Amino acid sequence: MRNAFAAELIALASTDERIVLLSGDIGNRLFDEFKDRFGKRFLNCGVAEANMISMASGMALCGLRPIAYTITPFITTRCLEQIRIDICYHNVPVIIVGVGSGLSYASLGATHHSCEDIGLLRMLPNMTIVCPGDKWEVRLALRAALQYEMPVYIRLGKKGEPVVYDQAPDFVIGKGIVVRGGHGICLLSTGNMLPVALQAANELSQKGVSAQVVSMHTVKPLDEELMAAVFSGFNVVSSVEEHSLLGGLGGSVAEWLADQPPQKARLLRIGTADRFLRCSGGQDYARKYFGLTPEVIADKIWQMYQASVSGGVTP
Amino acid sequence: MNNGLTSDITGKVPNLSELEAITRRIRGKVVEMSHKARAPHLGSGLSCVDILAAAYWGALRVNPQDPKQPERDRFILSKGHAAAALYATLAYRGFFEIELLDTYGNPGSCLEEHPGPGYAPGVEVATGSLGHGLSLGVGMALAGRLQGQSYRVFALLSDGECNEGSVWEAAMFAAGQGLDRMLAIIDYNRWQATGRSEEIMALKPLRQKWEAFGWSVYEVDGHNLGALIDLMRKVPDGSGKPIMLIAHTVKGKGISFMEDDNNWHYRIPDAEELKRAKIELGLL
Repeated sequence: MRNAFAAELIALASTDERIVLLSGDIGNRLFDEFKDRFGKRFLNCGVAEANMISMASGMALCGLRPIAYTITPFITTRCLEQIRIDICYHNVPVIIVGVGSGLSYASLGATHHSCEDIGLLRMLPNMTIVCPGDKWEVRLALRAALQYEMPVYIRLGKKGEPVVYDQAPDFVIGKGIVVRGGHGICLLSTGNMLPVALQAANELSQKGVSAQVVSMHTVKPLDEELMAAVFSGFNVVSSVEEHSLLGGLGGSVAEWLADQPPQKARLLRIGTADRFLRCSGGQDYARKYFGLTPEVIADKIWQMYQASVSGGVTP
Repeated sequence: MNNGLTSDITGKVPNLSELEAITRRIRGKVVEMSHKARAPHLGSGLSCVDILAAAYWGALRVNPQDPKQPERDRFILSKGHAAAALYATLAYRGFFEIELLDTYGNPGSCLEEHPGPGYAPGVEVATGSLGHGLSLGVGMALAGRLQGQSYRVFALLSDGECNEGSVWEAAMFAAGQGLDRMLAIIDYNRWQATGRSEEIMALKPLRQKWEAFGWSVYEVDGHNLGALIDLMRKVPDGSGKPIMLIAHTVKGKGISFMEDDNNWHYRIPDAEELKRAKIELGLL
């Protein structure tokens, strides 16, 4: 995802002189071409994220389109107040890009995990949250975010994730993309879990049900039209995210659901538990630890689905 | 170039005795606003009135009739709790009607106890949480340089605000970039909310700290309008560095019974105290 981000950024910066890239002392080599071509419009802001975010606001207030980039926990939780006040309260078009979201950098330890960022930023007025599911969505998200006159947070994984689309899908911020059609079960996936959600759907096919998979690349604003359609049309709707069960996509859908009259579908939330991963291990290990594998996800969904179609109560 | 921006730095210094009279009216208004709105931070506001007056009448290229001109100098009140002093300064400088000050702190007013983002004409940014303003200013100064503009950015900080780590992040970054159109001013009244600023943290030696962080540092009597204006008109000063004015001030300045008494960080003046203050200022 980060290579797609860098490539798209160069494409956009060559036609929009307002674009300025602020990096929190990361992206070694990744931005070499950007630096070569746009020199002064690359600013290594050092390991000083609070200052970087406030500066981005100051630049946006003076007509530039700053894109601030560093590792997810450091550009979200560390400088949350700067995002809240300097970016959201001022409602300026700054794009905040977090790389290594969720468990992407699991091996670096819990300091580098980010399973709270969606929840924290979702609470901020004026903020839009986009979590691309593959490299195509990364490029389209960045393109779309630059058309916004408001703050946008883009939540990236790392590099080398599976590619979901053969070509650029229709991408509109705030509108989910149906990646795979189905009935009975609908998976709402956000961010880097999209390939896993598709694998989970394959598992479910083997159990005899063809599940729909939606890329909910935008967590805020929530695609309420799509919510209404899937909760009235399916038996089980499952959110899937590499983020805490608290406050993320699942939390957002649950909040929406709480305000609706009774719906046909039941909601299942798949995400990380309310605890830190306190041992060594890469992303695959961390996903297993939190039950974010296609098999475990498919099993949980299957149990709820069986209970719902038989009219029984799930345990 | 005639774009309506006044206080051209090549122009003449305003008449200091007239400006001193304006600062007395601003101080009287700030005390009155605290009294009427029952709003705290009076001592902090009075502390920086002369700095604000020197900037707005003596140094900043601004056009009160067109406060959003892209070429204007920017002023950021990083110590947002002195909002009443900023509002009164802007009103007397012509950015909005003086009568608007009577709405300060009222329900629905654009004049909040800490400045909101662009709600009141002339207010550049929202502040109130300390340690944001310098970074915002550095971003503006960088944007100016990238866009080939010559505007300058002033940011007024409190000495207590230097407790915030983000101030020093901004200090290092501005120096690293050689942002010589950035001017920071510290209202060094030696008090913060609940005690002496140099006792709560090791603030001293403040000048050497900023010099060590790569800034061109000047110290000045923060109540000497002429000296403040002279230094503010030096930006950029030829050093290639961002500039720091350490303005030695007295909290509660101008009202004898408030001067250097930190109770006035939170205390609200009653009617009698308001009257005494106005008499002292020659307004009654």
